Amino acid sequence: MQLLQVEKLTKNFGGLTAVSGVDFHVNRGEIMGLIGPNGAGKTTLFNLISGTYVPNAGKIVFNGESIGGLKPNYICRKGLVRTFQTVKIFPEMTVFQNVLMGALFGSEGKTWPEANAETGEILDFTGLTPLSDTPAGSLTLVNQKRVEVARALAAKPRLLLLDEMMAGLNPAEVAESMELVTRIRDRGITIIMIEHVMKAIMNICKRIIVLHHGKKITEGTPAEISTNKTVIEIYLGEEEQAHAGS
Amino acid sequence: MKLKTDAKNVSYLVIIILILAFLVAVPFISKPYTVILLKNILMFVALTLSWALFSGPTGYISLATAAFYGAGIYTAAYLGDVLPLPVMVLCGGVASFLLALIIGAITLRLRGIYFAIFTLSSVELIKHVLHWIEITVLGKRGRPVVKVSDSTVFYVILIIVVLLLVTTYFLKRSRYGMAMSSIGSCEEAAAHIGVNVVRVKVFTFALSSFFIGLTGAIMATGLIYIDSQIAFDLNYSFFPTLMATFGGLGNIFGPVIGAVLFSYLREILITKFPYVYMLIFGLVMILTILYLPNGIIGLAQTIKVKFLGGKDATATGRKVN
Repeated sequence: MQLLQVEKLTKNFGGLTAVSGVDFHVNRGEIMGLIGPNGAGKTTLFNLISGTYVPNAGKIVFNGESIGGLKPNYICRKGLVRTFQTVKIFPEMTVFQNVLMGALFGSEGKTWPEANAETGEILDFTGLTPLSDTPAGSLTLVNQKRVEVARALAAKPRLLLLDEMMAGLNPAEVAESMELVTRIRDRGITIIMIEHVMKAIMNICKRIIVLHHGKKITEGTPAEISTNKTVIEIYLGEEEQAHAGS
Repeated sequence: MKLKTDAKNVSYLVIIILILAFLVAVPFISKPYTVILLKNILMFVALTLSWALFSGPTGYISLATAAFYGAGIYTAAYLGDVLPLPVMVLCGGVASFLLALIIGAITLRLRGIYFAIFTLSSVELIKHVLHWIEITVLGKRGRPVVKVSDSTVFYVILIIVVLLLVTTYFLKRSRYGMAMSSIGSCEEAAAHIGVNVVRVKVFTFALSSFFIGLTGAIMATGLIYIDSQIAFDLNYSFFPTLMATFGGLGNIFGPVIGAVLFSYLREILITKFPYVYMLIFGLVMILTILYLPNGIIGLAQTIKVKFLGGKDATATGRKVN
């Protein structure tokens, strides 16, 4: 059963084609990985799906409905919620208020008491309850990222887009985040994650898509991807260039 | 903890009611000059509160206050002699509300300094378009405005201020208020978590302008004659912005205190130093921005924390850029 279908999706910025004719789909209840070198168009793809940008061409169908070009607030309310690569929380608000924002605005027709109760539940789920009254801006990076995920969860997503949730975290924190991602999937939420931490991607994703220069190179299971010749060339090629450059 | 905040709120409420009771009595017990002075101070309180209603939580610095104030004035000039006073004042508010919907729909996709510049230019644009229409189409410049007694004007503005205080208080505690602060905090995140940022911004902008329009319409009755130069005076864009910054945007009292002190200072300086008053004004403003970035309210909170202990107010207060 497919939750999201993306067909021939294209985005140009002036002369640069950041995403070019990308096709893929996501099944209900799976964790899908999105990898590729820097500048491959991964975040642009997220920006198109979540409504930050309007696509130049192509189709995005979510839950049987075409959502390409809709405003982000409408897409969120349909149950497609994202987090950001560079943390975007409400720094002056407390952790509780941040998550409450998701509960209040993420889905329609919720009363204050309902939203408060739900916020409490999500804070427990993400282990943020002890930090409830702390201004979110004063937290460490790992906790700020956790607040962002909690806020997204409070919006009751069907599909959650995680943009480099593990970048900048230490190994222990990465392990915790991996565990959190699996628990989110167990709640019945489908996930697409962009990640550079290969250990995380290879361990928790069922399927992986590889982007390079805005095009989809290949897709497959972690085992297939890690032995794919083109993928190895892209990553090793990068490394060689990096060595040559230094 | 809950009881303590309740007791604090009750004492605030008592103070506010006492001040209001005193203000209601002013026209009966004091000299005409005091009524005029207080009327002008309350006018600045109303404008500053209106400005802060939108620009405080959202962080969008609007310099279009003069445009909405002027729209109120023009409404009074055209409708003052055909409509009863309360209806005419209400029309002034509605005219400004509609004007703000248009300006807001065009400008609120702009951010930061571009929004400020565009709103500022909108004042000049409207002023000159009106001037052109008056000269070429109507063939006469300006209009007389119906005169109303100072104490009536005073009471109407007092009502506007009370309405503003109540609106601001309840908006801040509502779901809608959370949406407004989330826009000021991180607009992109707000949009992606389901807040209809365009609708919230445009409607709040229009609501704030509604009150500015009411104030303009009633204040116009003290002007006797108006034309576009008088009605669309850029000072009315700058004063509320400066007064709110001077008082501090951290809570509802900041704009009130800022407007009262600043407009009283202005009154004194104009009578005592008519030629250099803007110079002294400018100095006060520079010193405020340099040394009191959170305004008078910020200073008061710092002093409170230093001498009485307690929570650091700046950690939870809104940042003021």
